[in-house]
Amino acid sequence: MSVLEKAPSRRRPAAATAREPRAGLRDEHGRRIRAWELVLRYVLLLAVLALTAGPFLWQLSTSLKGPTEDIFSSPPKFLPGHPTLHNYERVSATIPVWDYALNSLKVATANVVTNCAGSALAGYALARLRYRGRAAATLTFVLAMLVPVEGIVIAQFTTMRELGLNNTLVAVVLPGSIGAMNVLLMRNAFRNLPYEIEEAAYVDGANVWQRFLRIALPSVKGTLAVVAIFSFMGAWDDFLWPLIVLSDPSRFTLTIGLNYLHGTFAGDERLVAAGTVIAVAPLIALFACLQRYFFRGVGEGAVKG
Amino acid sequence: MASSTALRGRRVKRQLRTSPWLFAAPGLLITGAFILYPFVSTVVNSFTDRRTLIPGRFVGLANFRELLHDDMFWTGLRNSTLYVLGVVPALVVLPLLLALLVQKNIPGIAFFRSVFYTPVVASVVVVGLIWVWLLDERGLVNSLLETVGVGRVGFLSDQWLLLLSAMAVTVWKGLGYYMIIYLAALANVERELHEAAAVDGAGAVRRFLTVTVPAVRSTMVLVGALSSVAAFKVFSEVYLMAGPSGGPAGEDTTLVMLVQRTGTGLTGRVGYASALSVVVFAVTVALMLLVLRADRREES
Repeated sequence: MSVLEKAPSRRRPAAATAREPRAGLRDEHGRRIRAWELVLRYVLLLAVLALTAGPFLWQLSTSLKGPTEDIFSSPPKFLPGHPTLHNYERVSATIPVWDYALNSLKVATANVVTNCAGSALAGYALARLRYRGRAAATLTFVLAMLVPVEGIVIAQFTTMRELGLNNTLVAVVLPGSIGAMNVLLMRNAFRNLPYEIEEAAYVDGANVWQRFLRIALPSVKGTLAVVAIFSFMGAWDDFLWPLIVLSDPSRFTLTIGLNYLHGTFAGDERLVAAGTVIAVAPLIALFACLQRYFFRGVGEGAVKG
Repeated sequence: MASSTALRGRRVKRQLRTSPWLFAAPGLLITGAFILYPFVSTVVNSFTDRRTLIPGRFVGLANFRELLHDDMFWTGLRNSTLYVLGVVPALVVLPLLLALLVQKNIPGIAFFRSVFYTPVVASVVVVGLIWVWLLDERGLVNSLLETVGVGRVGFLSDQWLLLLSAMAVTVWKGLGYYMIIYLAALANVERELHEAAAVDGAGAVRRFLTVTVPAVRSTMVLVGALSSVAAFKVFSEVYLMAGPSGGPAGEDTTLVMLVQRTGTGLTGRVGYASALSVVVFAVTVALMLLVLRADRREES
């Protein structure tokens, strides 16, 4: 995790030297980058850019093309001739897409709240509190992290049936509501805090809750933000579990609604395109605002996973 | 830590005995009820003939014997295995090359890095449907292929092309994620090593193979482990691109798709689906051990 944050700061001096007159562009080792290499790099970067951003833009373009515009033309037409929001109106007339979006938002928000609170509490207990059974508790979370979710969905489904929660949004949230990996992430974050600050509060008579809320928690805000973002993204994007547990179309989340839209109106590309844009736009916006935490989360997750 | 022990008062001691469990309780409860209990119950159910609405009886190894004669099981196992073989090498190598491409701090590089990561952020459903349209008989890829004179290709109608297309989509979606992991690893590669190699006259390719690859080898193993486990459990990409029934005659069904199809619904065969799940567990563990062992052997 920390390696990732070091990466840009290590390059900063190199970027500074690049601004010196006649110094030219330098790489992270301070060596000059030759002109042909620079050109080659940008050519490759643009090629990969076309490959990664292109499909999203094509989907957006398709969703904006009107009913009379040919979307199958060869050679293809990349820009809509007369951009229209007609297809977005049609999606909401075909399926209750805004209800689905609201369901996704509910599920994702609940997932953020439960994961932040639950994993911070449990992580603090594992990292800071001395008690018998701590090793066993830690092992429980490590084992849970290793269980492949795809292999237990059927049993989770029967468990939800036994609890009478099938076909509810609560059932969608519950299994992942306090992720074992998030608990272990928080545990590591708390363990990396210097012990002395809490000790001082301890001497001043602060009890466990006060130490947790006022001292420890504010110091791990970064990791908490990572947990929050990945919980939101995980719940918003999840497919297999909601597909299994939700059967009533009025309770669908966006991903399940999209799957339904695709299954029923597969021939209507403009319609499906508009649906996918509605589903992906909020997350791309979130990513654009909070990139730092997305990248940081990859590092932390990889170290753990 | 030692001094805090000395400071413990009696009141604090009592508090310390109960509160840790209060702190850990929600997490332990959720993990126990919705991860560990279902895991154990999956293993137990695999020895029963339980159905969704009918409690099962113990049937010993009958489910596993049935597996051996179930053509669909072998199809699923084959496709999930092929998925690992196809996806993992691509996801170990391509993101490393991509990381090298975005590593140098040239103007605009932050923008490129972000855009390359965007497919990771998008839901697999969105990604799957985007590519269903792109690879459609009349979609963009085929329009382009026709324009350059190759002619149209049935990416989504041929059994093998379908599986290959799904793999390509998985790789496309995963590139950015592993790119970030490699970027972190590359930041730690000793620059002196590169310079020494350059002075010795090693070209870019030689330097890549003799300096970069050995330096990020442990990260490559990590990426191999992560991506192989994920690839074996593939569900969404194939489900969306080939359809719920798994393409022509179900020939593109993966193991997890079979679990989902067998175990859900009112007539779901929970017992048999659990036996399939146990195979998923076993292979997942085996893959992890295999990758880790390969790592250790190479090291010694």
